[in-house]
Amino acid sequence: MSAIVEVRGLTKVFNRQKKAVDGISFEMREGEILGLIGPNGAGKTTTLQMLLGLTTPTSGEIRVFGLDINIRREEILRQVNFSSSYISLPYSLTVEENLTVFSRLYGVSDRKERIRELLTVFEIIDIKDTPTRRLSSGQITRVCLCKALLNRPRVLFLDEPTASLDPDMADKTRSLLKKIKEEEGLSILYTSHNMKEMEEMCDRVIFMDKGRIIAAGDPGSILREFGGRTLEEVFIKIARPGK
Amino acid sequence: MSRRHQRILAYTIRHLYLYKRSLPRLMEILYWPVLDLLVWGFVTVYLSRQEGAVPGFVTFFIGALILWDLLFRSQQGISVSFLEDVWSRNLLNIFVSPLSATEYILSLLFLSTIKLVLTATVMVTLAWLLYAFNIFALGFTLVPLVLNLIVMGWAIGILTTSLILRFGQEAEVLAWGVALLFQPVSAVFYPVEVLPWFLRAIANYIPAAHVFEGMRFVLNTGQFPAREVAAAAALNIVYIALSVFFFYWNFKVVRRKGLLAKVGE
Ligand SMILES: Nc1ncnc2c1ncn2[C@@H]1O[C@H](COP(=O)(O)OP(=O)(O)OP(=O)(O)O)[C@@H](O)[C@H]1O
Ligand SMILES: [Mg+2]
Repeated sequence: MSAIVEVRGLTKVFNRQKKAVDGISFEMREGEILGLIGPNGAGKTTTLQMLLGLTTPTSGEIRVFGLDINIRREEILRQVNFSSSYISLPYSLTVEENLTVFSRLYGVSDRKERIRELLTVFEIIDIKDTPTRRLSSGQITRVCLCKALLNRPRVLFLDEPTASLDPDMADKTRSLLKKIKEEEGLSILYTSHNMKEMEEMCDRVIFMDKGRIIAAGDPGSILREFGGRTLEEVFIKIARPGK
Repeated sequence: MSRRHQRILAYTIRHLYLYKRSLPRLMEILYWPVLDLLVWGFVTVYLSRQEGAVPGFVTFFIGALILWDLLFRSQQGISVSFLEDVWSRNLLNIFVSPLSATEYILSLLFLSTIKLVLTATVMVTLAWLLYAFNIFALGFTLVPLVLNLIVMGWAIGILTTSLILRFGQEAEVLAWGVALLFQPVSAVFYPVEVLPWFLRAIANYIPAAHVFEGMRFVLNTGQFPAREVAAAAALNIVYIALSVFFFYWNFKVVRRKGLLAKVGE
């Protein structure tokens, strides 16, 4: 397994004072699910945005597929994708129209089949002709996940993707993502505040606090290192250092 | 089709889909221009029947009305399309896609052109039916005049889009207000000479003012307003370049400040 995303000394200072990300280094291996966890404001979203070229780092280096995002932006973005429960899709377009637009943007050649396939997998084929504004937030989340898989990305960046899904659908989504990961060798960088989900999903987790990495490794070794039974216990231990 | 073309087309299609089902949006293209034309057109007809009316008043006025609307719509075509993505929280999806900032702008320009053709067709036909006003009486001169108005509209559209990108929702009103700010000094319905000296000085630097002076010139004399067209074109080249530069610069600032994900919040 080789590194598909490499991050070295990545730092983001907002407005010359707020250190949101403080010199972190890590790598993501091909075909793994890497979880980014940490308290609110730890710098997870900022890190993800820098990896996607949405936010410029103050210093440090990012390589995706060995390429520099500032120079080879188009080439990288064609092969990755992103979803979050905080974004949506044009409300007036139907589900299918939205996915058609994005499959064209990503240059997907078999777009009709691909869209049908993903809609079926996410069990939303019946709403394909419904305008997006009439969907529930959980349905929108699923359409966004379809969007994120349209181009058969090699790396998928997901910022709290299951936040608005009901337990059943969240569980199905996790299984689906794992299945796609197994079948297509997809790598996923994943953030979530659901520690059970992270334990279940991730091959490795990175624990961030105040912009720094304070622990990293497979869930088992983190539990051992911090002496907890669950990630949730460890999380609370770390987040409330006084106790 | 190259990848670049395909992406530009894809983003254009995203906006065209809007008009398939949305009556309010279709009205945005047709409703206001048609209403403008009806109200102001009849006012003009009425005024022209009064004693001492300016000769050719109807022609000047309706011509000006149509042309100004083209500028206004051209600007809106850019900034409102951008806002559509802000409103539907879709901006991040677009900016994490391989569509580049340049492709983004090109596709907005393309879209604005499509909308303009629609608006113009309706207005021109209606003016001809209602007021027997034939815009093609302006002859070949119409082409450089219209092109200059469209490009000025684009420059203002890109400028307002950049400001909304940078300052967020609070700057949204600019999408509707900024073009109007230029109207008084654009000498749309009156010659530049009626302006007080300081506004006249400003009008010198407004491409639209030269366009409308040019329009009156050709209607009065039947000759090609070469000087006005040249002045408008020269100014427009400078302004469109500046606005595009401003957009890129803002895009950079916004990415540095981490605001791209926050536009619309
Ligand atoms: N554009 C910005 N300008 C200034 N400060 C910012 C900006 N974006 C984020 N921050 C700050 O940077 C820090 C990290 O924020 P970030 O959104 O990355 O945290 P997070 O780990 O994703 O938190 P959460 O779990 O709440 O989503 C926070 O203190 C936040 O206030
Ligand atoms: Mg976050």
